[in-house]
Amino acid sequence: MSIESTGGVPVNAEPVGADIDAPAQVPPNPQKGMFGITGTGDVSGFGGLVRRTPDVVGTPKPYGGYFDEVTDALEEAYPLFADAIEKVVVDRDELTLHVKPERIAEVAQIMRDDESLRFELCSSVSGVDYLNSDARRLHVTYHLTSMTYRRRVRLEVAVPVDGAVPSVTSVYPTADWQERETYDMFGVIFTGHPNLTRILMPDDWEGHPQRKDYPLGGVPVEYKGAEIPPPDQRRVYQ
Amino acid sequence: MGIEEKLPAGILLTSVEMLSNWARKSSFWGATFGLACCAIEMMAAGGPHYDLGRWGMEVFRASPRQADLMIVAGRVSQKMAPVVRQIYDQMPEPRSVISMGVCASSGGMFNNYAIVQGVDHIVPVDIYLPGCPPRPEMLIDAILKMREKVMATPLGPNGRKMLEARKAAGKMPIVAPGAMPSSYRVDKTRRAEWTQAVKEGREEQLRIENWMKLQPHLREK
Repeated sequence: MSIESTGGVPVNAEPVGADIDAPAQVPPNPQKGMFGITGTGDVSGFGGLVRRTPDVVGTPKPYGGYFDEVTDALEEAYPLFADAIEKVVVDRDELTLHVKPERIAEVAQIMRDDESLRFELCSSVSGVDYLNSDARRLHVTYHLTSMTYRRRVRLEVAVPVDGAVPSVTSVYPTADWQERETYDMFGVIFTGHPNLTRILMPDDWEGHPQRKDYPLGGVPVEYKGAEIPPPDQRRVYQ
Repeated sequence: MGIEEKLPAGILLTSVEMLSNWARKSSFWGATFGLACCAIEMMAAGGPHYDLGRWGMEVFRASPRQADLMIVAGRVSQKMAPVVRQIYDQMPEPRSVISMGVCASSGGMFNNYAIVQGVDHIVPVDIYLPGCPPRPEMLIDAILKMREKVMATPLGPNGRKMLEARKAAGKMPIVAPGAMPSSYRVDKTRRAEWTQAVKEGREEQLRIENWMKLQPHLREK
């Protein structure tokens, strides 16, 4: 194909972005970069924005604000602090304590009961799936609020797939259904939970939908004169 | 009811059929299945401004045993699907279903693992009502079309035989009951226009032509 025959515009012999690989089939490549039609041709966004995730590092000691008080009080009240807390991260005015999975119930108990901590309210228990990070890819986050001191803190626990975490329902009864939701959506097993069954999906559902490698599950839709594929399989063609 | 088996086909049955269907359509008792946002529009339709009481439908009984119209208003999740089926099964005959909104009709904007892609996977639907959410006037329009369909229902086995005979003799109405858009139904001339178009099989074309006539940039000069 000479340049003259195409009107002076250089044309690729192969059209770009015309392959049909669904995002779940193509393993996300950390070197790939931003959106665009290079590669799979997926412009729907369901392939996910691929960017380099920096490693989470602990923050050095003076944390600022009430974070120092919280960590000092916890260290005082909990003798196994250095063993149980993996790292302390302060990011964007929020304190996150990364806790070893086996110790989470004890740490939660101390956070609730100790006089200078008094985090009485468990605002939320949820899960995160850090696919392609390392072996412990499922994280469970506990957001605790102190009404007496008006403070918030986050406890984060990392487990591998099908990992087990002790349940905090004995400390915070409100975590009952929240842990059921985390189990249903991510597959994290909470040991000692009074009733660990699926809560959002039907009881006999297979799979854990909010994991990053779970497909979207859409169907193609037929209109008059067109059939539109589900959102994660729509491609741009040249 | 034994009367529908006992009446012979003929004028008597036609009159009883008409009376019975008229009674059924005039007092539709709805079983609400208000699941999500469409339920708000259904409540608005039952409120004083878009009054459903004009057609005897202001009362929505929560019990399906006393209802004859189930309006599935909203998205049906995978977990809710067996419940929808159970409520439908508990309704006595004759019963009808309106799927209100795009989520009930086809899954709507939620094309994923959690939402049933159309409640017609679970129950048989008589009227599909698109919209996200459909305005109360659109819901009323769907209910009026449902009433038209109810008026055309046969009564009992003899009634069904009469319907078959009418079909075989080719005496069916040209436009199926409940199939004429309300903007054409209100006006005699437009009604005739639509019926003629259905006879020729070009009703969509007629719609497009009439729409084009209203667009200033598409009117033929």
